[in-house]
Amino acid sequence: MELISCLQPNLWASLADEVPAWVNEKRNKTSVERTLRWLDACIALDAASGRNSLGVVVGGSSIEQRKLCATEVSKRNVSGFWIGGFGLGESVEERCSLLNAVTDCLPLEKPRIVSRLGLPEEVLEGVASGIDLFDSTYIYQLTMGGFALIFPIDMVEREMQNGVFDSSAGDSAKINLRATTYRKDMSRIVDGCTCFTCQNHTRAYLNHLINVHEMLAQILLEIHNTHHYLRFFRSIREAIKAGEFDIFWKQFVENRRSQIAAAAM
Amino acid sequence: FVFCLQVLGRFNRARAARLTLPHFTCQTPLFMPVGTQGTIKGLTTDQLETIGCQIILGNTYHLELRPGSQLIDDLGGLHKFMNWKRALLTDSGGFQMVSLLHLADITEEGVTFQSPVDGKPMLLTPEESINIQNNIGADIIMALDDVVKTTITGPRIEEAMYRTLRWIDRCIAAHKKPDVQNLFGIVQGGLDPVLRDICVRGLVERNLPGYAIGGLAGGEDKDSFWRVVAQCTAGLPEDKPRYVMGVGYPLDIVVCSALGADMYDCVYPTRTARFGSALVPEGVLKLKQNAMATDERPIDPSCPCMVCKNYTRAYLHCLVTKDPMGSQLLSYHNLSFMARLSRDLHMSILEGRFPEFVRGFLRVQFPKGDVPKWVHNAMEVAGIDISECCTPTNCQHDAMEAAGVDISEFCPPTRCP
Repeated sequence: MELISCLQPNLWASLADEVPAWVNEKRNKTSVERTLRWLDACIALDAASGRNSLGVVVGGSSIEQRKLCATEVSKRNVSGFWIGGFGLGESVEERCSLLNAVTDCLPLEKPRIVSRLGLPEEVLEGVASGIDLFDSTYIYQLTMGGFALIFPIDMVEREMQNGVFDSSAGDSAKINLRATTYRKDMSRIVDGCTCFTCQNHTRAYLNHLINVHEMLAQILLEIHNTHHYLRFFRSIREAIKAGEFDIFWKQFVENRRSQIAAAAM
Repeated sequence: FVFCLQVLGRFNRARAARLTLPHFTCQTPLFMPVGTQGTIKGLTTDQLETIGCQIILGNTYHLELRPGSQLIDDLGGLHKFMNWKRALLTDSGGFQMVSLLHLADITEEGVTFQSPVDGKPMLLTPEESINIQNNIGADIIMALDDVVKTTITGPRIEEAMYRTLRWIDRCIAAHKKPDVQNLFGIVQGGLDPVLRDICVRGLVERNLPGYAIGGLAGGEDKDSFWRVVAQCTAGLPEDKPRYVMGVGYPLDIVVCSALGADMYDCVYPTRTARFGSALVPEGVLKLKQNAMATDERPIDPSCPCMVCKNYTRAYLHCLVTKDPMGSQLLSYHNLSFMARLSRDLHMSILEGRFPEFVRGFLRVQFPKGDVPKWVHNAMEVAGIDISECCTPTNCQHDAMEAAGVDISEFCPPTRCP
């Protein structure tokens, strides 16, 4: 809490004992009890008594523990919830039911954050379960690997892209600009993208920069990937507002499936 | 034919000029940052424009290696490839090879070296160097010269100078785009004034678009350095640009400009940035020092650049030891510093206040008045009086006092303590 008071963040998450989904029952129970004790301790030490705090919800892969923890954290004077223990290797099916179990027990009017869920599909699942904020190293990992995001953002783009893709260097979500296929590719990463990188540079130039290990490669890629990813989130918001989130989600997943199927053939 | 130099103002040998190139009209004196592999470490072309860079250097050796000059040509030239709208200059590739490659050697044919890819023996001829540079498409291209370190003595220097003259003719003959790319010759001859003179006259006979003074900035003593520059600028034509290669430190640029040079290039500002050093009027600020950890001032309170407007020394101190963004921000500031120096040189000459600018510059760099002797000597030849920037030991007071003569009424307070 001393660190927190020095840094003066707008929001802070309480110290928690996050465990992955496969720990045994006893360990899991301990993590819940400990996390709640630490939450209370943090709030007690906080000058603002928790006004800017995010209570951490743990509970591993036990629906019961998850519900218990979520209910207990809700009783504290927190301004939001940090849902921990996901993105550590649990299965997709498990995650959905656990997330729903948690959000069912949380008040509607306070924000929910989940960490380490970064893939577009994971984001959509999280949104469907009632998550508001996502943080992950997804963009960073892509950039460091030389990947650029290209998946179509909105429903119109997806219809246009359907079935037409050269998957020799990546998949329909991203391309690896390190690949030789891009050496002379004078097109933009994404046609029509309004980010600085796509407005000013070509795939060929990025291919060169990556291959000669120049810092500018990561700078330009990070700009594009961040821009593209944030546009994805904007599309999600618009779909929700228009009452079309379910269609949006379904179409996204189906589009991905048909791309992967086409590539496999 | 889009190339000319127009001198707009002078002070003795110093010139403020307009240099018109195919892609950009520049103001000289100017400093050219080095963008070795088609990029300047971590900076976007947008930022380089904002900083005020006018010409960037690309290294022919590196670009031919990756991505290859033929590919660059296929894709429309280096300007288009890296999206740089202003001017570009490429070097010949020779110097880099000799300094970077194992077993590089120079013969009459060209520079022989081991391919860094598979170790096979390869040869860079004047023709091939020009061909590669034609592919890359820079506004200014450099002749392949036989460059020797100034620390070497003996017949090798004379051999290199004459070979440079023979090679310039081969370069001229091989040049396929003289209407859009300007070939500069490079004056060699070591520290020998006789050899330098022969080389200058030989190159001037070829009536080239511009001339570089090469073979310096390699460890020779400063007194020899400025003398070679002074001799060359005196012998080179007035209406052509003079480019001192590999320079460098702000002090060197000010001195060379006073002696009549127009263009400079050096990795120093960007390289020193990567070691955590920022260029400031007083000299160098080392951001890694412990004292910087709590220093909330910008690098330079008088600097208008984005870095000085937004970041503190304390923050930069954290970055430079840990994160590539540290060197990116310092490079940005250092190049801003060099661009401002270029602009100050141009404007002060143009506006008839060049000596005042030089004195102000020296006063800030040498607040104790300990201006090096070589600068004194050079400024004397340049016709700029810098005595008021110098330590009291340079004034006659001490000598007179020892002789028992009171001359205090003649000394202004600023000159003597």
